[in-house]
Amino acid sequence: MKIIKQIGIIFSICWLAQVLEYFLPFDFPATVIGMILLFICLLTGILKIKHIQEKSDFLLSNMAFFFIPAGVSMINYLDILKSNALQLVLICVITTIVTFFVTAYSVHITMKLMNRKNIKSGGEQ
Amino acid sequence: MELCASPMFGIALSILTFWIGVKIQKKTKLVICNPLIISIVLCIGVLLIFKIPYESYNEGGSIINMFLGPATACLAVSIYTKLELLKKNWLPILVGCAAGSLTSMVSVFLLCKLMGLDESMTMSLIPKSVTTPIAVSISGAHGGIVPVTVVAVIFTGILGSMLAPTLIRIFRMKDSITAGLAIGACSHAVGTSKAIEIGETEGAMSGLAIGICGILTVLFSLFL
Repeated sequence: MKIIKQIGIIFSICWLAQVLEYFLPFDFPATVIGMILLFICLLTGILKIKHIQEKSDFLLSNMAFFFIPAGVSMINYLDILKSNALQLVLICVITTIVTFFVTAYSVHITMKLMNRKNIKSGGEQ
Repeated sequence: MELCASPMFGIALSILTFWIGVKIQKKTKLVICNPLIISIVLCIGVLLIFKIPYESYNEGGSIINMFLGPATACLAVSIYTKLELLKKNWLPILVGCAAGSLTSMVSVFLLCKLMGLDESMTMSLIPKSVTTPIAVSISGAHGGIVPVTVVAVIFTGILGSMLAPTLIRIFRMKDSITAGLAIGACSHAVGTSKAIEIGETEGAMSGLAIGICGILTVLFSLFL
């Protein structure tokens, strides 16, 4: 019954998210609404981690498995992939390196600025 | 081939091929031998060789697909368990994730235009740096081709985890928070598994970046 209850809780949140998605005036994916809803429930204490522990461990640790059907549907798009293969690989490689660099550098600068501010405010005290 | 149209067939085939994928990865320990990729390739192979229509496979496939929503929602749990770390470093985390998400989307967009890819292809690739369930929803909502997105997301993840140690060395990012966020922002969950190997803080930061970059990318995509 414990697991069934946990499935019940998580599925209810996801369904609620789908209802919300329907009524929202802009495109916001239900999966992300569900994630935000669950986070709010945890923050406010409506739900405790122990209420969903086993089910969420199961879902998170097997995340990759749930993508198999989405990947297999590639079978209907093999031609598009084949004719764009080189572009796809190039785009993925270049953007991954650029994204890594920009993220690392912006975190680096933010932390440097914060440190400088800390030293300054420490000196004034 | 009517027998293959039972939902049991698709589910059993997916589990079996995934199990083979996990075994191969354990044996070879290569990132490129990603269980998800092995499973997808094997499933497609079986369908093509035995001339089983995709629709038959999808009787079971759609049931597995249904679990994506709940699995994404549970990313909230992994953010919540790192709440202390998030509170302590909220500014660098937010700045890094925002800059990373935006860079990824803009650079993909520009490169797609440069290489003359069409609208649906561009939309399929724009969310490729975030975790698969979120990327898939963004791509689907904006007219992208979902399977292309799945492939690009996994490929990007594998690239990120292969390149991460080298990139850290080249850009001299010795700080664990910086390195972790950068890995998570460019290569989501697959990269995070590498970040966990590099260090505990790197892993936690990379894990946080998955959820936060995901939400930010959704927000940015509202302006597409």
